[in-house]
Amino acid sequence: MYSEKVMDHFMNPRNVGEIENPDGVGQVGNAKCGDIMKIYLKIKDNVIVDIKFKTFGCGAAIATSSMATELVKGKTIDEALALTNKAVADALDGLPPIKMHCSVLAEEAIKAAIEDYKSKQLASSK
Amino acid sequence: MERRVYMDHAATTYTKKEVLEEMLPFFTEKYGNPSSVHSFGREARKAVDLARERTAKAFNASTDEIYFTGGGSEADNWAIKGIALANRQRGNHIITTSIEHHAVLHTCQYLEKMGFEVTYLPVDQYGLVDPEDVKRAITDRTILISVMFANNEIGTIQPVKEIGRIAREHGIYFHTDAVQAVGHLPIDVKDMNIDLLSLSAHKFYGPKGVGALYIKKGVKIHPFMHGGAQERNRRAGTENLPGIVGLGKAIELAHENLEESSRKLTAMRDRLISGIMERIDSVRLNGHPVKRLPGNVNLSFEYIEGESLLLSLDMKGIAASSGSACTSGSLDPSHVLLAIGLPHEIAHGSLRLTLGDDNTDEDVDYVLEVLPEIVQRLRNMSPLFAQDKGEKHYV
Repeated sequence: MYSEKVMDHFMNPRNVGEIENPDGVGQVGNAKCGDIMKIYLKIKDNVIVDIKFKTFGCGAAIATSSMATELVKGKTIDEALALTNKAVADALDGLPPIKMHCSVLAEEAIKAAIEDYKSKQLASSK
Repeated sequence: MERRVYMDHAATTYTKKEVLEEMLPFFTEKYGNPSSVHSFGREARKAVDLARERTAKAFNASTDEIYFTGGGSEADNWAIKGIALANRQRGNHIITTSIEHHAVLHTCQYLEKMGFEVTYLPVDQYGLVDPEDVKRAITDRTILISVMFANNEIGTIQPVKEIGRIAREHGIYFHTDAVQAVGHLPIDVKDMNIDLLSLSAHKFYGPKGVGALYIKKGVKIHPFMHGGAQERNRRAGTENLPGIVGLGKAIELAHENLEESSRKLTAMRDRLISGIMERIDSVRLNGHPVKRLPGNVNLSFEYIEGESLLLSLDMKGIAASSGSACTSGSLDPSHVLLAIGLPHEIAHGSLRLTLGDDNTDEDVDYVLEVLPEIVQRLRNMSPLFAQDKGEKHYV
């Protein structure tokens, strides 16, 4: 039911872990629904220089987290904010229809982490 | 090819060689229609009769109380709708439980739309129905009590005999979905006061697509399939001859080997459960420790999700199943796990391993070797595990 790419990113996920003193953290989903994604960012000169994730969820949840982090690593914040769930799913050679919500969660997790970074920037510049 | 271990026998079993061998001639040589008068037909009829005898003998019924069906779901549908429609003037109330198979639950929900009233009894933390709850739910409109013999997910064996006695005392029909029990547990329909019992051949090493409904003599029930005079005018359609032959052989074999197989599976089951609990923290056994199907293991692993567990096991050649929402296509985890009181997040992390006659001690060792690494890998990826490292808040 999953593509080879999904299985690859599930079995060998990229960028798993945490970042100490991250510049931004985003967490979406909840345990009740069976999916939680947490993204950690390190940002320098508006560029995502490092990104890590931790995910509780199904195979697609883990694979989309991995792929989303790959897609935005080394990108500017604006480029990362333009990431869509469809781009994540496409990069994985597609997802079963009932798993598309995982790609939405991945997009939202990246955006939440960037929002967290922006609000911290705003707070420190005041 | 790496090692392959099948531990999903509650989903389906392989067809045993002896069973298949007995079925094969009925495709190519003895292919007559059991309703035909000629020698081909008589040969086929004899085979159906033998299968019926073997089936009746397995749980102390009479041959004229066995009706072959297209499987367990059909038997459940027939029992419940057939009783409801035939006894409507007596009442419109049905009692069942919240942990039944969907073949029973969805049939009851359908009848609710047709004007019937259904009580779904709760279960305790082990998945047991309290017979006192059954008694209390009975009204003067109750026409049927349907309680499964043993649960397909968590393996809990219900107090069927007590419930049967209560049903008999109140003059209410008692149906039991014994799809997971037949061939695995001793059953006596007379001693247990069972009026209707559903079974399915592929759960005890017979072929798929064939089952049976036991209907006690004198029970008022409508036919399910209308048409020809097959199955004493109660289930029309040319008999699935090879399937019925296979069911008969499989049930005979299963009941001949019942004690030995049960002893072997129970020992493997308990070794698997204790081995996993020793090697992995924050694990919960779902279902009853003792009143449980010989081959059933159902565990919840905190901090991780069931589908990722299944996929990881599959990569190691181990076939299992889960009560996780992600494997079923719905958002909620298993209704059975929720009914025994598991919080959603724990129910999501459940794993069912069901052992069968082809499993060996080496298979158990292999699972015990592979599973801890898999659970650890997934936990290391889980934000829930990081948050609560070191403290256990769930028992």
